Amino acid sequence: MKILVCISNVPDTTTKITFTNDNTQFNTSGVQFIVNPYDEIALSRAIELCEGGKGTVTAINVGDSSTDPTIRKALAIGADDAVRINAVPRDAYFTAYQIAEYAKTGDFDMILCGRESIDYNGAQVAAMVGEFLDIPSISIIKKLDYDETTATLEREIEGGKEVVSVTGKFIASCAEGVAEPKIPTMRGIMSARTKSLQVVEAVEIAEVAKVVKFETPAPRGAVKQVPAEEAAKLIDLLHTEAKVI
Amino acid sequence: MSVLVYVEQADGKFKKSGFEAVSYAKAIADGQGTHLTAISIGNVGDSELKELGKYGASKVLNVSSDQLKNFVNQAYASVIVEAAAKENADIVILSNSFSGKGLAPRIAVKLKAGLVDGAVELPQTTDGKFTVKKNAFSGKAFAVTELTSVNKVIALNPNAFGTKESAGDATIENFTPEVKTTDLTAIVKEIVRATDKISLPDAELVVSAGRGLKAPENWGMIEELANLLGAATACSKPVSDAGWRPHSEHVGQTGIAISPNLYIAIGISGAIQHLAGVSSSKVIVVINKDPEAPFFKVADYGIVGDAFEVVPKLIEALKAHKG
Repeated sequence: MKILVCISNVPDTTTKITFTNDNTQFNTSGVQFIVNPYDEIALSRAIELCEGGKGTVTAINVGDSSTDPTIRKALAIGADDAVRINAVPRDAYFTAYQIAEYAKTGDFDMILCGRESIDYNGAQVAAMVGEFLDIPSISIIKKLDYDETTATLEREIEGGKEVVSVTGKFIASCAEGVAEPKIPTMRGIMSARTKSLQVVEAVEIAEVAKVVKFETPAPRGAVKQVPAEEAAKLIDLLHTEAKVI
Repeated sequence: MSVLVYVEQADGKFKKSGFEAVSYAKAIADGQGTHLTAISIGNVGDSELKELGKYGASKVLNVSSDQLKNFVNQAYASVIVEAAAKENADIVILSNSFSGKGLAPRIAVKLKAGLVDGAVELPQTTDGKFTVKKNAFSGKAFAVTELTSVNKVIALNPNAFGTKESAGDATIENFTPEVKTTDLTAIVKEIVRATDKISLPDAELVVSAGRGLKAPENWGMIEELANLLGAATACSKPVSDAGWRPHSEHVGQTGIAISPNLYIAIGISGAIQHLAGVSSSKVIVVINKDPEAPFFKVADYGIVGDAFEVVPKLIEALKAHKG
C-alpha cells in the first residue's frame, strides 16, 4: 500500500497574527512554523495503516526551501520519504494542481490531508485534487478504516455523521478523531535527517485567485460586567439591549 | 451571464443556511444586473421548492432522482456544473457547510474557477476587480481575495449574511442530467443524525463550557440552559481531548469556527486558539470565576463568578422570562 500525505506549513497556533506591506503580506517575522495540526492527524493515521510493513507513507509539501524544517518534522513523525514541489503556494487551486500532477507519477492507493489549513482556512485542496485526478474525495472525516481494497470512512455532517465506503483510489481530508497525533521519537528525529527529500519543480498553471489585502477584526467595546449575585439581569440585557434572545 | 445557487436539503427540507445562500446570491445577481437560478438535488416537494422564490430565485431547477438522493460530492458537482452551463451561469454560490466544503472545490476545478470559501460579505466590484472577504487565520483575520478567473465560485459562511425576502415567485423546472457511474463510486452506507439537537455550525445561539465545569457529569445544567435558549452546546479543546464531550462540539482553531449571534462561554479562560474559533460571534458572554481570564477582554458581557452558582440563576431567570 502506498499513501501520499499532504503537509502544509503554517504558523504555530499561538501566533499573534500581524501583517506588513500595507496589510498585503502576513508578517512572518518571529513566527514559528509547524506542520498543520490537521495534516499531522492525517499523517499519523497513514503511519498507523502502514505499520508492520504494510506499506509506505510519502509526505508532500508545496513550498520553497524555507518549509524544509516542517517536512523534516513530518519525516521525524514517521513518513518514509518526502517530496517538496518547489514553489510558493499561490492559492489552493495551484497547490492542488501540483499535488495531483505529482500523484499521477506514483501509484498511490490513497491520498490524505488535513480538513483545512489553519492559516488561510481553505478546505479546498482535498476535493480539488480529487477532481483533478477524477477520483472520489471525502471531506472532513472523523474515522478511516481500510481493508486492502475498501475504505470505510465517517464524514462529519451537520448534527451527525455519514458512513461512506469507497473501493479504489480516493482522497480524504482528516479531522480530529481519525488518529491521535504522533510525537516524534528521538530515533525518528535522527533518522529524519537521512530520509529522502526529493525536490520537484512546479508545473505552471493560470492564476484564478489571489489575496489582495488582509484585515484584522474590529476590536470589541469594553466588557459590561454583571455582578454574579445579579446574574438574572444578564437575561434582561440579552433580551432588551443586545436583542439576541 | 447569470448566477446559480445550490441549495442543500436534508430530508426534503431546506436549511436556513440554504436560504441565506439564496439571499446572498440574489444580492449578487442584482449587483450584476442578472437573474438568479437555484438548483435543488434530492427529493424535495413543490411547496418547499417554491420557498426559494421568496428569497429571490426566479427559477428553480429540481433534480429529483433516486441515484442522487444521497449526497455524493463527485456526482453533485457534475450536476451543478451541467446546470451552470445550461443557465449560462458564471457565478456559482453555495453554503460553506460540511457538504459544501467537499463540493465547492470540485465545482471550481470543473469550471476552472477561483473559489472563495468561508465568505463573510458580499463581493466588491470596484476598478474591474471582483473581491470577496473571507475568514482567515481561524478568525484572527480576514483575507480579501480577488477572483481573477472568468467563472467564480463562492461558499458563504453560515450566519454571516442572514436571510432577505424579496417579493418574487419562482418557476419550477425539472432537470434530469445524465449521471456517470464513475461519479458514484463513493457509496453512502448510513446517515446518523441526532434530530433532537441543534447542529452547532448552523446554530444562532451557542452555550459552551470548559474545564471550569470540573467533570463531565456537570454538563446537565449546560444542556438545560441551552435547551431553554434553543441553543447548541459546544466545548473547549481540553474538554473534548479529555473525552468529556464529543470532538464535534470542540470550537476553536483546531476545532470548528462558528459565528453565532450569541456565544456564552462558561468556565473557559479564553486561550488564543479558542478565541480564534469564536471571535466572529456577534455577542459574547463570558462567565468565569477568574476576573483575569483573557476571555473577558473580548467579551460584550461578563460575569465574574462560579459557574455552579451563576448558571442555575440564569436558568431560573430564563424560566421566569419565558413565563
